[in-house]
Amino acid sequence: MSDPDAIIEIRDLNTRFGAQVVHRDVNLTIRRGEVFALIGGSGCGKSTLLREILMLQAPVSGSIRVFGQEVIGRNDEAALPLRQRWGMMFERAALFSALTVRENVLLVLREHTHLDTALANEIADLKIALTGLPPDAGSKYPNELSGGMRKRAALARALALDPELLFLDEPTAGLDPMSATGIDALVRQLRDALGLTIMMVTHDLDLLWNAADRVAVLGEERILGVGTMQELAEMNHPVIHDYFYGPRGRGAREQAWNQR
Amino acid sequence: MSDSTSSPFFAAAIYSGNTPGFLCCAGPWQLAEAQAIEAHIAACLQGPALPIDITIDTQAVSALDTSGGWLLHRLRRNLEAIGHRVHFTGLRPEFAALLDLIALRTAPAPVATTPPPGVLARIGRAVWESGQGALGLLSFLGESTLAMARALRHPRRMRWRAIVYNLQTAGVAALPITGLLSFLLGIVIAYQGAEQLRRVGANIYIADLVGLSMLRELSPLITAIIIAGRSGSAYAAQIGTLKVTEEIDALRTIGIGSFDLLVLPKVIALIIALPLLTVYTDVMGILGGMVMAHAQLDVGFTTFIDRLDAAVSLTSFMIGIGKAPVFAIIIALVGCYQGFQVNGSAESVGQQTTISVVQSIFLVILVDAMFSIAFSWLKL
Repeated sequence: MSDPDAIIEIRDLNTRFGAQVVHRDVNLTIRRGEVFALIGGSGCGKSTLLREILMLQAPVSGSIRVFGQEVIGRNDEAALPLRQRWGMMFERAALFSALTVRENVLLVLREHTHLDTALANEIADLKIALTGLPPDAGSKYPNELSGGMRKRAALARALALDPELLFLDEPTAGLDPMSATGIDALVRQLRDALGLTIMMVTHDLDLLWNAADRVAVLGEERILGVGTMQELAEMNHPVIHDYFYGPRGRGAREQAWNQR
Repeated sequence: MSDSTSSPFFAAAIYSGNTPGFLCCAGPWQLAEAQAIEAHIAACLQGPALPIDITIDTQAVSALDTSGGWLLHRLRRNLEAIGHRVHFTGLRPEFAALLDLIALRTAPAPVATTPPPGVLARIGRAVWESGQGALGLLSFLGESTLAMARALRHPRRMRWRAIVYNLQTAGVAALPITGLLSFLLGIVIAYQGAEQLRRVGANIYIADLVGLSMLRELSPLITAIIIAGRSGSAYAAQIGTLKVTEEIDALRTIGIGSFDLLVLPKVIALIIALPLLTVYTDVMGILGGMVMAHAQLDVGFTTFIDRLDAAVSLTSFMIGIGKAPVFAIIIALVGCYQGFQVNGSAESVGQQTTISVVQSIFLVILVDAMFSIAFSWLKL
């Protein structure tokens, strides 16, 4: 049952909020080195699933194993070794507003490593540069940045400890098409150069076609389908069909087709 | 990973090879090792002078992350900057991709940072900023007065619902805490006075002491201070949060003036509520004094009230109540003004809320002192 390549294994996961069922026996495996995307309509429980993997929220029953270790039922202290091995970029960036971008990255570095100040500063600046931010962005406060730059700064903080696993919640939401295309390329570059495993929750069909290796569709409280975008596009399920063959889905699919 | 980094055999390293200009890298070049690697690099460069052509062998590097990649990239960049030619051998394709990415993204030269300002500049800036703050508050007062004048001309457009809501939250909901605190204050005053009055046998003057001090000074002041902490801070936090979430801009684009909706109802509600609360705290404070007078000095309730009637004139009572609307305007305006000063971050909501409380309590006490001076000139 256990896949040696699996980084995240979710088994028989059930989540309820009061009487409202969010997940019913959800099973999902994410393998090392892939860019995995979770999609589905608003309110279908994508973000809840992500929060459960991150131990920000507990499911009713089931098992979530990350790096082969069970995450459910860990307290913050027991969660720390796992949390040092992954990075999370929140949808609204969640940068610490009292700190500059560089200090946001440095906070993570200082907390978990013993680098001297000069080297820590250099490494923080490198992370900021890797996400495509200009050099002067490091000394700015989050509220002085545009939405797209804030996202990149959040990515720099998520990459601070060189994680093996990166979670992205809506990485392109609220970005202009140029910035979003930049994020597409960045996600692929990071995966190729750092050997990262990336799990993202997104609505962006262009990002899905351009960057995702495998995609899972969440809906009706369960996983409706898992596969490459091409495989999903050929599935017959009505929800998946609407997702891909709605006006926006068609445009993105044709564009991806033409680029091949 | 933790096993491999703790064992010296697997530790990351860089050392000079047998032939000059040949540098060997080994082990995991990762964040956890970055500090050690940096020391190794420095040691390598301090050795015998290197020839023009340098080969860096990365065959034995077991892992490379961005931190290790940065150190390797920086080594190459620094060597090339002083005229060496650097070649890599044994570089795995994924490591090469990472080095390319780092080279592509990092700026060639670090940006010059501006030095922090000197002491004199900082003093000047602080003075300038506090002057600007005072001017800002003054212009806010002007704007509110204009908005008030507009609203009085068109009373139908007043936000009556908002006023009633603010009366409820700032007035009615504050009854328990203001009542309790002024009752306790009455007890404290009477207790402190009782000792002195008993010594000179002037027990009955406890009514003068409690009545005058509570009605003229303490009850308006304590009420204003409680309300500044309770409602003034809430005003600043509420308006500040609206500013962070851009709801104030949304109001403006819809065509609803933020003054009409957010400031005026609060000012009007507080101008009504604070004098009423002051009357209530007058009563509670005297009640506290009466209880204490009865317990400590054997002054009965009826005797106390008879004496109170003679001791405290209507003027004293009216002076106390008359200050309350002024305090109300200060508290509401400072709270709202500081709320509008929030600059978009969650952090600054907290800062401005704190400033609003400190500033309004300061101004309330300052104005109270000015009232005292004015009244003594007027011989009231």
